[in-house]
Amino acid sequence: MSGTLKLAYKLLVNDKAKFTALLIGVTFAAFLMTFITSMFAGVMNHSSATITNVGAPMWVMDPAVQTPANSIGMPDYVLDAVRSMQGVSYAVPLYVSTALVKLSDGAYQAASIVGLDDTSLYGRPDMIEGKIEDIYAENAFVVVEDGDFPKLESPHVGTEFQINDYRGVIVGVAKVPASGLFGIPTLYTTYKRAIQYVPNPRYTITYVLVEPKTPQDVDRIKQQVAALGYRALTKQDFMQRSINFYVYQTGMGINLLMMTIIGFTVGLSISGQTFYTFILENLERFGALKAIGTTSRELTLMILFQVTFTALTGYGLGVGLCTLMIALGKLRLPDYAAVVTYLNLVLALVTVVFIAGASAYAGIRRVLRIEPFEIFRG
Amino acid sequence: MARTAIKAGAIEKWFGEGEAKTLALRGVSLETYFGEMVYIVGPSGSGKTTLLSVISGILRPNRGAVEVEGTDIWNLSSDGLAEFRRNKIGFVFQDYHLFPRLTTAENVAVPLILRKTEWGKAIRQAYEYLDHVGLKNRAELPPMKLSGGEQQRVAIARAIISQPDILIMDEPTASLDGDTGRSIVGFVHRELLNENRCIIVVTHDDRIYEFASRILHMEDGRLTGAENIGARPEPALAGNAGAVAVGPRS
Repeated sequence: MSGTLKLAYKLLVNDKAKFTALLIGVTFAAFLMTFITSMFAGVMNHSSATITNVGAPMWVMDPAVQTPANSIGMPDYVLDAVRSMQGVSYAVPLYVSTALVKLSDGAYQAASIVGLDDTSLYGRPDMIEGKIEDIYAENAFVVVEDGDFPKLESPHVGTEFQINDYRGVIVGVAKVPASGLFGIPTLYTTYKRAIQYVPNPRYTITYVLVEPKTPQDVDRIKQQVAALGYRALTKQDFMQRSINFYVYQTGMGINLLMMTIIGFTVGLSISGQTFYTFILENLERFGALKAIGTTSRELTLMILFQVTFTALTGYGLGVGLCTLMIALGKLRLPDYAAVVTYLNLVLALVTVVFIAGASAYAGIRRVLRIEPFEIFRG
Repeated sequence: MARTAIKAGAIEKWFGEGEAKTLALRGVSLETYFGEMVYIVGPSGSGKTTLLSVISGILRPNRGAVEVEGTDIWNLSSDGLAEFRRNKIGFVFQDYHLFPRLTTAENVAVPLILRKTEWGKAIRQAYEYLDHVGLKNRAELPPMKLSGGEQQRVAIARAIISQPDILIMDEPTASLDGDTGRSIVGFVHRELLNENRCIIVVTHDDRIYEFASRILHMEDGRLTGAENIGARPEPALAGNAGAVAVGPRS
């Protein structure tokens, strides 16, 4: 570190009260923005759980479907039509719904029921206990071990329950990459058993899962499905559609924006004002430095260094605090819907840099305007 | 003949415009020499500090020129002027303007740090200069823990650590009691004045006049008189543009 920057560093950190106030401002802003966007990312991650867990490259659905949570049944001919389309390697049905499970103690618990194609079991989960083939056994269900698993009284292979007055038996325990949004446990079974056990409307195919022959066939399949009156989306498109729905058609996007603005405003107010006060209180010293031969460029560099150091330290503390809070949250709730993504980190960094830039701009303007002559005049 | 340190000709400086225009310097000319300690005295508002600022490269005059060791300083660029102040001038401000969050040694080292001297080396030199002003044992304290006289000595150590040719002192005794003031200015006269340095002091304090080589009187933006106090360098004529021409006595 050059002597001038070391001087700037000491002038900053040796003023412990001001430096602490500055750090608190930036840390709070970074924490708030990372935390809010992490919660949003977590919720979005959970809302797309079905898409992630099944993992099919293309999904055919009713055009009115916005998210995996509001699925609409399609008639059986859609499956046959899709299978006959050019560019389709294979297509299978998927059933997704919710049902009430009656536990051994008589209590009812809502559960997400996923019915896999009987022939291929396409979209099956990774097994922890038992074998996936056992899903073909009578009344067989595979339970997902996630944060909601205890709500089914932590069942094991052989545990029995009732679903719509049908007997159900756990034949395996599985794990999936993402848990659902609504905090209910998940049971996998075959498509045929699912539509038999769960009370259903007229049409029962929730999605048709499609494997295109080549990536170039995706657009052609989309066009053919659209001509049929339905919608085909890639996995990424479906996730994005779901996110867009939550952001633009629920209050979530506005809430996120408002909280981000509040975090930004509070951070800017605390940091900006404290730094400006720091500059004002040291104005005579900056003037003295100017008088004894410090150039405007060097003074600007010193202030930028002070602001950058504070901003990056506060950013690190804010992100660290956010990570700690999420980790603590996950100790209590394993499926706590918050995840720190690179995008969250970049967004918070950009905001903190903006706060630092605004603070520096005001300070630099003030320092560059001071005349060393004022120092002589006292 | 004594070498000329500063030569200022027909300096005019005003503040404001129109009816608010205030003339601070009205055609001041002066010449100072290495080896002398020049006092600028006069009532408050007479233009002493303005003159000091103009000749030290801090305040641009509206008219006139200032040469320091033959260089017309007001023809320098902004950065060139800053570099000139950094390399040629040492300042002792009336209120010291020490950095309260730095140690005494770090305060003294600031001019060297600005001249890109390595931090450790600058601090070591600061210790030497603090030793010179009798404050080595205070080097690690913050300046606010020092008495007024000690702070003044720290400011002096800071001003001379880069070995400037010209030392500017603004009211060096204003915040000190009589004995301390005399002691400090006596120290400056005894230890820092030499044939390669010119010291200019703005003061109201007649108790320290005994250390002056020359005393220039200012009033209403003009030099109104000069007193030569003792044996001084060989004289030289100064320019005269409506002001009293002053030079050291032979």
